[in-house]
Amino acid sequence: MFKASRTQSKLLGYTLLAIALIFADYNFPQTKQIRIWMTLLVTPIQWLVDLPGQTWTRLNELVMAREHLLEQNRQLRIQNLLDQRQIQKLAALTVENYRLRGLLNAAEKLDEKVILSELIGLNPDPFVHQVIINSGSEDGVVLGQPVIDSTGVMGQVCMLGPYTSRVLLVSDSNHAIPVQINRNGLRTVAYGQGNYDYLALADLADTEDIRVGDILVSSGLGLRFPVGYPVAEVTEVIHDPGRAFAQVKAKPTAQLSNSRQLLLVKIGYKHRPADLDLSNWDQ
Amino acid sequence: MVKGNATWAIYCSFILALMLSAMPLPNGLEWGWPEWVPMVLIYWCMALPHRVGLGTAWVLGLLVDLLQSSYLGLNALSLVLIAWITCLLYRRLRMYRMLQQALAVLLLIALNQFISRWGQALSGNTASNLMYLLPTLVSALVWPWLFVVLRSLRQALRVN
Repeated sequence: MFKASRTQSKLLGYTLLAIALIFADYNFPQTKQIRIWMTLLVTPIQWLVDLPGQTWTRLNELVMAREHLLEQNRQLRIQNLLDQRQIQKLAALTVENYRLRGLLNAAEKLDEKVILSELIGLNPDPFVHQVIINSGSEDGVVLGQPVIDSTGVMGQVCMLGPYTSRVLLVSDSNHAIPVQINRNGLRTVAYGQGNYDYLALADLADTEDIRVGDILVSSGLGLRFPVGYPVAEVTEVIHDPGRAFAQVKAKPTAQLSNSRQLLLVKIGYKHRPADLDLSNWDQ
Repeated sequence: MVKGNATWAIYCSFILALMLSAMPLPNGLEWGWPEWVPMVLIYWCMALPHRVGLGTAWVLGLLVDLLQSSYLGLNALSLVLIAWITCLLYRRLRMYRMLQQALAVLLLIALNQFISRWGQALSGNTASNLMYLLPTLVSALVWPWLFVVLRSLRQALRVN
């Protein structure tokens, strides 16, 4: 009898403690800092989980046949050549863009630096679209920093630890990103739907000019994401006369579920004066 | 956790369960991934209720919360409840046949899923989808094998 009542008081204590923690975490954003430090406790587990995959990649590189490597090298060289050509053109275009913006008195062009990071884990909960990356505040990552992969915008840093951080993907149902249609500059917001395959554009009037195949790029409004990175491609436009807005779905261009190499973009949204200084353009 | 022999084995099994639960899975499989941590906890609460109890469950739940970035305390709450029920019923559970045990595990994991779904709704994720109950079924199916593996581990190391 004595033992049973002791277990029950223990149950009461632990339950109340857990509920108090949930309450604190829900209501006070200050607890985030504590959480970041506590995350260090599970960092070894995340690291261990990633270890087999890493080892497999390393081993694969180690035993890869020479011919295969040579072939790969050749292809990369060609790719590099093609990319270099693009970059040459880009430099000229950038300078031209600066001049034109100067003529238009446009406020700024963004300076962007990147941090290379690698994915080390996924959130085990399928309802939450987050990935864990291997850089944190020690590497210069900041909260809310935009994350892209080679094909488009992935998401933003939502939880920052010293050595790892969590990235909220654009497809998470808590995420929204301001975008514009590349073809005509129409601005809208792309909402995540908890599905890797599509985002929803919820507030486009039926009469707006939007078609299947339109590319959505980040608009930079909201000062969170840099301007002009591809976000999604429109895959479905439904005009339902019974609804006030068109129902538009767009497929994210980033490889949300298979990218391993990610780039964290550092954006300095500083308002520059109109007289442009082209000398600090380091390309 | 009360002192006893081969405590490291218990810790190791928990860490392994945490690793399994945090493992990156191919697309789609994560919906049907068993709930490893609650299952291992159920086993130890059933086998050694005097050593693994509510305190262990609470700390374990906190670690799961950190891994899943759910609200701190959410999994602690559900694991404490699971541990409590298991510690109450451990004599009965031990006597059950495997099928009955699996059914009990099904109910306990369902409790866990309901609580974590509640947490998701709290964080604004209201996508209605009954898929979150799938791990319940998978866990119950996996239970007999997990039970056998953990029991042989316990017997081999004479953890008691």
